[in-house]
Amino acid sequence: MKLRSLLPGAVLVLLFFSAALVSYLWTPFDVTLIDIKSRFQSSSAVHWLGTDHYGRDMLSMLMVGARTSIAVAIVAVGIGMLVGVPLGLAAAANRGRFLDEFIMRGNDLVFAFPALLIAIMITAVYGAGALNAIIAIGIFNIPVFARLSRGAALSLWKRDFILAARAAGKGASRISVEHILPNIMNLLIVQGTIQFSLGILAEAGLSFVGLGAQPPIPSWGRMLADSQTLIMTEPQLALYPGLAILLTVLGLNLLGDGLRDWLDPRLRRER
Amino acid sequence: MLHYLIKRTLILLATLIVASLVVFVTIEVVPGDPASYMLGLNAQEDTVAALRAELGLDKSRVARYFSWVGGLVTGDFGTSYTYRTPVADMVADRMWVSLPLAIYALLLSTLIAFPAGVYAASRRGGTTDTVVMALTQLGVAIPNFWFAMLLVLLFAINLGWFSAGGFPGWDAGVFQALKSLTLPAIALALPQASILTRVMRSSLLDVLNEDYMRTARAKGLTRRQALWKHALRNAMVPVLTIIGLQFSFLLAGAIIIENVFYLPGLGRLIFQSIASRDLIVVESVVMLLVLAVVLVTFLVDLAYAWVDPRLRGAR
Repeated sequence: MKLRSLLPGAVLVLLFFSAALVSYLWTPFDVTLIDIKSRFQSSSAVHWLGTDHYGRDMLSMLMVGARTSIAVAIVAVGIGMLVGVPLGLAAAANRGRFLDEFIMRGNDLVFAFPALLIAIMITAVYGAGALNAIIAIGIFNIPVFARLSRGAALSLWKRDFILAARAAGKGASRISVEHILPNIMNLLIVQGTIQFSLGILAEAGLSFVGLGAQPPIPSWGRMLADSQTLIMTEPQLALYPGLAILLTVLGLNLLGDGLRDWLDPRLRRER
Repeated sequence: MLHYLIKRTLILLATLIVASLVVFVTIEVVPGDPASYMLGLNAQEDTVAALRAELGLDKSRVARYFSWVGGLVTGDFGTSYTYRTPVADMVADRMWVSLPLAIYALLLSTLIAFPAGVYAASRRGGTTDTVVMALTQLGVAIPNFWFAMLLVLLFAINLGWFSAGGFPGWDAGVFQALKSLTLPAIALALPQASILTRVMRSSLLDVLNEDYMRTARAKGLTRRQALWKHALRNAMVPVLTIIGLQFSFLLAGAIIIENVFYLPGLGRLIFQSIASRDLIVVESVVMLLVLAVVLVTFLVDLAYAWVDPRLRGAR
């Protein structure tokens, strides 16, 4: 059962990660190279996936686009984890007290702003760009990790081994770091995978409406936006970036499901 | 229940006040002055000053915050810098596109998810279940704006059943208006329907394992009778929660889809306003969407507490 989603998920994720990594060293063509004469070529031995409206090689664009998507999503999830987890742990350590209430209400507040709205506000102020997309998706991720780690930590605080640690004279923050955190790591990894896939989707959406990575940096969302006006005559331009997003997100979701089953045997149920 | 209601209402108000502060402060730190932006580089100083006074930009930030919030409460959202028309009128016009679109998408997603979830749960582990679950995996992973483009390619360009974009307005007839909202609504509904199907299925599976279901079967009810009489009603609580929360997601998610289909809704309005630095419009529309999200969450919480009294004491 567990291999059914873990393996295909890992394969897909590995494929796109390697494409992104390889693109740092090598791409079939230079993505900044504009060659109008060879635009709109279909798949061939030279251009495996053809060329776009500027004559740029689609495969190279997709490889560099993978880099943009993955970088934005990874940093955004990192922000969410680095800020959200300590907040969640602090809330759990001070459960029922003012700090807990304060952190959780703050979470509710951030939840009221969908990532897109945060991005719109940031863009309205500072202009569009990959960095602002990272900040927007990152802020959106904070309450997700804060809630998750608070919830998981709360049940751990009632356990005997925590009581033993307190009896040994350890303070709340030391217990949180030394005992609680390692025990919720699995949960965080699984949620991290899911948020990562949502981050890829969010980045693509923001780039699609022009709020994410700016030209000449290739990104999957931007490629789709460019292809929108050409969809009648050159539908293949819209096909590849869309498929790349779909397969990466699918891979991450399958990997997340598989990891959850694999890391937590108690959850190994038939659904 | 009354105590819970008062507590939740106070939290709702506090959230809205802080949210309005966040929106106002974020937008207010914008470098540059809308008045000089509107009048261009060669504007006379006194002309700019006159426009600043007209737009109320010469007042202090605190005064402007209170007049903005006061306006929001009374339905006066200020005047658009670029169009020189009341923001409330612009929002109301666009609302007639965005709101029906969100409701349409919500209906579609529920209509797809309900039978699919029930069907998958009642045939757990079978081929149908596997196929439905695989489809939901795809539905969650597909970017809805890309799906929208594929819909346009197939149904508008190749088959010619729908127009590729635009909105004729409700004056052109309900049928025509709904027709032009159909592809956008499908594109919006797909990911939501996938999530809802999964929630419906797992919620139903939880209920099917309950003791009272075994009792119902032992009483002599058939599987189908037990499912319809006992299981569905109990499984609906988490499903209704998700439906409630999805509404606000649909309203915000429509921002991108409206751009694919060139629909004159709130999403297009927000982008046009960013482009023309019409910040009073951005401010008000963002606040309106936040209000929608917070209000829906509040209503869902209340509904939950009403159904399940144990939740009233929690938190």
